[in-house]
Amino acid sequence: MSTLAVAESGGGVGRASGFARTWLPAALVFGIGLLCWQWIFPDVLGVKPFLLPRLSDVLSALWENRDALKTAAWITFKEAFGGLILGSGIAILAALVLARWRPLGNALIPYLIAANAIPVIAFAPITNAWFGTLSPWSKIVIAAALCFFPVLVNTLRGLTSVHPSSIELMHAYACPQRTIFWKLRIPAAMPYLFTALKIAAVLAMIGAVVGDYFGGSTESLGVQIQSAVALSRYELGWAAIVVASVIGSVLYGAVALAERFVIRWHPSVRAVD
Amino acid sequence: MINVIKRVAIGIAVLVGVCAFYTGYRELFLATGWTWPFEVDDITLPSLPSIVGALFDPVQEDGELLISLLFKAALFTAKEAFVGFVIGTIVGFTLGAVIARFQMLQRGLMPYVVGSQTIPILAIAPIVVVGLGSLTIAGWTPSDWLRVSVISAYLTFFPVTVNTVRGLESADPRAIELMRSYASGEWAIFLKLRLPSSLPYLFGAFRIAATACVIGAIIGELPSSIQGGLGGAIINFNQYYVLNPQNLWATNLMAAALGISFFLVIVIAEKLLVHRPPETLT
Amino acid sequence: MSAQESVVSISGLGKVFPKGGVTALENIDLGVQPGEFISLIGPSGCGKSTLLRIIGDLTQPTSGEVLVNGKPAPQARLDRDYGIVFQAAVLFDWRTVAKNIALPLELLKWDRAKRDARVSEMLDLVELNDFGSHYPWQLSGGMQQRVSIARALSFSPALLLMDEPFGALDEMTRERLNLELLSIWAETKSTVIFVTHSISEAVFLSTRVVVMSPRPGRIAGVVEIALAQPRGVRTREEPRFFELVTEVREMLHAVETEAELPE
Ligand SMILES: Nc1ncnc2c1ncn2[C@@H]1O[C@H](COP(=O)(O)OP(=O)(O)OP(=O)(O)O)[C@@H](O)[C@H]1O
Ligand SMILES: [Mg+2]
Repeated sequence: MSTLAVAESGGGVGRASGFARTWLPAALVFGIGLLCWQWIFPDVLGVKPFLLPRLSDVLSALWENRDALKTAAWITFKEAFGGLILGSGIAILAALVLARWRPLGNALIPYLIAANAIPVIAFAPITNAWFGTLSPWSKIVIAAALCFFPVLVNTLRGLTSVHPSSIELMHAYACPQRTIFWKLRIPAAMPYLFTALKIAAVLAMIGAVVGDYFGGSTESLGVQIQSAVALSRYELGWAAIVVASVIGSVLYGAVALAERFVIRWHPSVRAVD
Repeated sequence: MINVIKRVAIGIAVLVGVCAFYTGYRELFLATGWTWPFEVDDITLPSLPSIVGALFDPVQEDGELLISLLFKAALFTAKEAFVGFVIGTIVGFTLGAVIARFQMLQRGLMPYVVGSQTIPILAIAPIVVVGLGSLTIAGWTPSDWLRVSVISAYLTFFPVTVNTVRGLESADPRAIELMRSYASGEWAIFLKLRLPSSLPYLFGAFRIAATACVIGAIIGELPSSIQGGLGGAIINFNQYYVLNPQNLWATNLMAAALGISFFLVIVIAEKLLVHRPPETLT
Repeated sequence: MSAQESVVSISGLGKVFPKGGVTALENIDLGVQPGEFISLIGPSGCGKSTLLRIIGDLTQPTSGEVLVNGKPAPQARLDRDYGIVFQAAVLFDWRTVAKNIALPLELLKWDRAKRDARVSEMLDLVELNDFGSHYPWQLSGGMQQRVSIARALSFSPALLLMDEPFGALDEMTRERLNLELLSIWAETKSTVIFVTHSISEAVFLSTRVVVMSPRPGRIAGVVEIALAQPRGVRTREEPRFFELVTEVREMLHAVETEAELPE
């Protein structure tokens, strides 16, 4: 009984110090990073403001332009989020279809992987021509196109990654294809799907911002960055990038959170606990 | 051999399928006059023959054909992308190896290596490319294309770092014990065991990076008023899109071809260099 | 038995794993003479692998002492006194069979010609002459295990540590490899410590069988196997063989029932 209590309290201490050990280095690096940004880069290394303005200058630019940036952030977030949903949705459906008809899926997968190497973002001017430069749809569609291939390829790989003996087991239980999909293939695909969605979250943000570089609403984040740079207002440009990064991180974090929730059983998640 | 023929046949079938889908979609929407999700006409979706035809039309006063111009542009962009790939790989691998070696660094740096990817990196491209232009290090200013390579390098470094760490740590723990039983030091374990075990992971990163570095080069060209590459061509033809939509489409197809070529080079190199049990190759 | 002439001498050895405070080993005393073939046998979880790993300096003991050739285990490892064979072959996928066998020789900085000569000698020994340029995954499980034995023997280590090397193989392959292992052992005059779950395998191979008891891991008894050398297919048919098998089996049963009793 007493040994148990000792063991438990020992575990508690271990967890607390484990927490410190896990997060302290990260917090330290964060602090050093801010320090570098604020003093070491500009003062010691002489990094010019046009490359990386001082942190405090960026923050004050962020504060001064908070209204414009808030509007821009909202516009760009909607575009990125819409693109993420649209592109991933279609890709997941396509993956389900291709996994259902294996010969087709097997034949196509090398080409889908190769198609993933196409610099899709270069097609942004064309979606601008389709929907009009100012329409959010031109950005949503390019963001969706960016998300499409990684999600499709990864999901398909996940759906077909099931161990053959597991499928044989299900066959032995006389399960129909549909059950095998629901009980086996889809759970097995989840880790792959979430890996892809995390990539896609970042890509959607890139699509929404970079799509603007080929023309977009003056209120959007990408155009703000571009015009700030053109006018040599670098603090404002960096402030806009900080905003874009925050949106990107939020999207990424949301997917990561959903992942931890959905696939709690997976070793990659358990390992973090 | 049969396999190769089959591959090529399916490849051609896929290509034909894509062309047929494009043409079919275009003709259907032209015939019915549907305008959702967007209006189809010769400007939004130029016909395939007109795109191919445009390749062999002169684009400049000196009568240079579009295809030759695009070819040169692709080579220029390829140079930027390749240099960026090499720099990114060297930096990424070194960083990854250091991170894998020291637990503390892993805890301290890994979140930011991952976090650095949630920054829409390409968003920084204009600032970096323009900003580096006014930078001089000991009297040396990086040339235009080299500044674009920095973007490619940045995009390459991330997957390489992450997969280097993963790959170096993927070594079979029993194999590490085996090496220990031979009293081999860290360096021998690294060279004989960790490095070879990490190769499949490294190539996984290279595949991603091969794509990313081309994208980085194209996007990096946009704000830098570099005319020589595909990014410059896209900006250029985008301005005259309403007059000549085929030119932009042709440029984008060239960009697609460049991206896929980079990817294929990595895939082939992997086939030649990595000896793996066939079932673990994906 | 003086420590000087023993290949391995273990005294008062104990091991407690900090995680959960499992006492894996307690009070182990064992001496192994040159040229002996020792088998460790006992119920699952009784600490056989742990003992082997401590001898090989892959795990540190919490008490007691291990001397190998009169030196502490870490020094013996630095002197490359060990050849280790795991239950799985643990071959390097990216190296051919020949290069896998050459691995320890490379680490010992043998020159190329000497290495090649030894590798072909080893391939001969395990009867894999035609497979030197194959990759491990092109070989059957039994062949892979023979490669790992060849690798362990290639630099003539003083002590061969084997943890259920044939555990994953079928009965036929296992018996054949047993015979091969014995002839290699006779030829190389090495000392072997061998972990197994199979009573007949232990009796067939060993000069002494060490029976271990679980929770905490202790040596429950040692059975001298005074069967004639060299052993062959016939050995398994001798009445003495059956008597020894029975003796080991009874000792194991005693150990298991004792473990099941409430404390
Ligand atoms: N790394 C470890 N951490 C904590 N406990 C361990 C560790 N390795 C082994 N143990 C514990 O030590 C005891 C002995 O384990 P060991 O692997 O030596 O058994 P074994 O006799 O080889 O069993 P088997 O026949 O199943 O291989 C077990 O109770 C096990 O739970
Ligand atoms: Mg064991």
